[in-house]
Amino acid sequence: MTASNYATERDTDEGRVFTVTGGDWDQVVSGTDPINDERIVVNMGPQHPSTHGVLRLILELEGETVREARSVIGYLHTGIEKNLEYRNWVQGSTFVTRMDYLSPLFNETAYSLAVEKLLGITDDITERATTIRVLMMELNRISSHLVWVATTAMELGAINMMLYGFREREYVLDIFESITGLRMNHAYVRPGGVAQDVPDEAIVKIQRFLKLMPKRLKEYEDLLSGQPIWIERTQNVAVLDATGCLALGVTGPVLRSAGLAWDLRKTMPYCGYETYEFDVPTHTDGDVWGRYLVRLAEIRESLKLVEQALDRLGKPGPVMVADRKIAWPAQLAIGVDGMGNSLEHVAKIMGQSMESLIHHFKLVTEGFRVPPGQVYVGIESPRGELGVHAVSDGGTRPYRVHYREPSFVNLQALPAMSEGGLIADVIAGGASLDPVMGGCDR
Amino acid sequence: MTAPTDKPNTGGLPVPATPAGASSGAPAEYPPSSPAGRGMFGNQGSGDVSGFGGLVRQRRQIEDAPRPYGSYFDEVRDALEEAYPAFGEAIEKVVVDRGELTLHVRPERIAEVCQVMRDDLALRFELCSSVSGVDYLGADERRLHVVYQLTSMTYRRRVRLEAAVSAEAPHLPSVTSVYPTADWQEREAYDMFGIVFDGHPNLTRILMPDDWEGHPQRKDYPLGGVPVEYKGAEIPPPDRRRSYQ
Repeated sequence: MTASNYATERDTDEGRVFTVTGGDWDQVVSGTDPINDERIVVNMGPQHPSTHGVLRLILELEGETVREARSVIGYLHTGIEKNLEYRNWVQGSTFVTRMDYLSPLFNETAYSLAVEKLLGITDDITERATTIRVLMMELNRISSHLVWVATTAMELGAINMMLYGFREREYVLDIFESITGLRMNHAYVRPGGVAQDVPDEAIVKIQRFLKLMPKRLKEYEDLLSGQPIWIERTQNVAVLDATGCLALGVTGPVLRSAGLAWDLRKTMPYCGYETYEFDVPTHTDGDVWGRYLVRLAEIRESLKLVEQALDRLGKPGPVMVADRKIAWPAQLAIGVDGMGNSLEHVAKIMGQSMESLIHHFKLVTEGFRVPPGQVYVGIESPRGELGVHAVSDGGTRPYRVHYREPSFVNLQALPAMSEGGLIADVIAGGASLDPVMGGCDR
Repeated sequence: MTAPTDKPNTGGLPVPATPAGASSGAPAEYPPSSPAGRGMFGNQGSGDVSGFGGLVRQRRQIEDAPRPYGSYFDEVRDALEEAYPAFGEAIEKVVVDRGELTLHVRPERIAEVCQVMRDDLALRFELCSSVSGVDYLGADERRLHVVYQLTSMTYRRRVRLEAAVSAEAPHLPSVTSVYPTADWQEREAYDMFGIVFDGHPNLTRILMPDDWEGHPQRKDYPLGGVPVEYKGAEIPPPDRRRSYQ
């Protein structure tokens, strides 16, 4: 095509300049070749409301069709794995909880399970501590899935769903606050058990939540499932079959939406999940719609698990291993300003028992030693397999801890899901992977 | 008069060395723990067992586990030996520890071993769960280890492959042709440890900025950071604070 077809032109120092005015639009359009191979490159992110944090996508477009997609990550890299090597093993909990901020209790539990395996005390963890871990993880799975349905619906145009999802998540965070002292960054699950027992007021809150949630789930389904726009935007969008998932290492709800019932809670049980009764929801289409149905069904299964865990909490018992060398010496308590040393403990070490003070000082400053070796522990987080590879050289600090983050691994599937589709479906596809950049970049 | 010497006259008798922790003054002068493996407070050679001085860590040599290994580990080893003729040459060591099986593989053979591990009907490790690096500075001549966690969904088993390369020639074949999921994970290992995966389609930095110098997860790379001023007092960067050295 030549320039004179569609606009006036003049030469300047910086090259030829075309002046297109509104009236020329028909000319402009007729001047372009409808089947040309000209592609434009669009940069989406790192600041974009639908990139779930700071994810940058570089899309090569042909019209509205995505021909190539590449994701750029690392904007939220904070060096948590490196920092862990400079703190003792207990302090690790406070770091890993900040990785995937939507599922902090999974990060903590995976880390604790790995340290316990290194210490060889997996069988010594008390039943009550394990039950509390399951209870907390399943509540956390619900809150994480609620954020997923809220943000995804908002990105596809359903703002009201966003408000409802975050509203219900707030109930879960409220429960967390009364148990751990904090809404996020709990450092509650620790090597050896959990920081303290579940208070009675939290149990009442959980029971209330269990009663409320089925009604609210019904509301979500009434809002979304029959909604023509929601169906159009999700069905047959961003399809990835089981073969593709396995090749790209995608696990979690995305893999289950493609028909493979792979859930580590069932296939490689940990924390006594084999003794609970629950199902693994699957779908066969492998599209965004399937992932939506799987996640909603998983919330229901998690409610069942929370109920069972709550029943088991009736029997009192210790929540930390008996070994005083491993258990955090301070008797922690929840105060008005969060979790801290209980006043009785402070009175004891400062006023009554020199031995307790020494013990407290040694374990808090130096920490316990972990025998040399390496382990890998994988648990089922809301996003898929969350793996911890922990290496000890026999010291009081981790030699190396690597997180196999499902967000990081799953995000590799975005080009496979979006290439050849429309640019609007990149949003739906990316959201359906449920990436959390804090976990992805660590 | 003879000139004063550094060594005091002890009449030929050996004397214990001066405790390092006793002579160094400010906390920041404590000797660093890198090369890794020395303790938190750096007091060495004093024979002090009372407190923070005695944190000398024992390096454990990696040893072959004796047969039978127990669990499914014997089955996995035998199946691999049968399916992979070069087993004797490619597998350096078989370690069973804490209920986990680790095969130490010659780095140049890693892609072949992965291919067999994935395709053989008796092995079927369909999923490569994780690829990462560990830097065993000072403990191993080939200090950079690449660790692969393989998962068999068919048999519900896990196996760890480990390949060690030196920092001078950190090359080994990429497994992306066998497990496409290793793509980003190998990039992360390159980014953090400087391990070069030959045959990787696009081996660039992934978490650190493109123009970053050095590989942060190596043990001889400091934690770094900047001094922070808080209410008039300056707090040194993390790696200069005593307990983090």
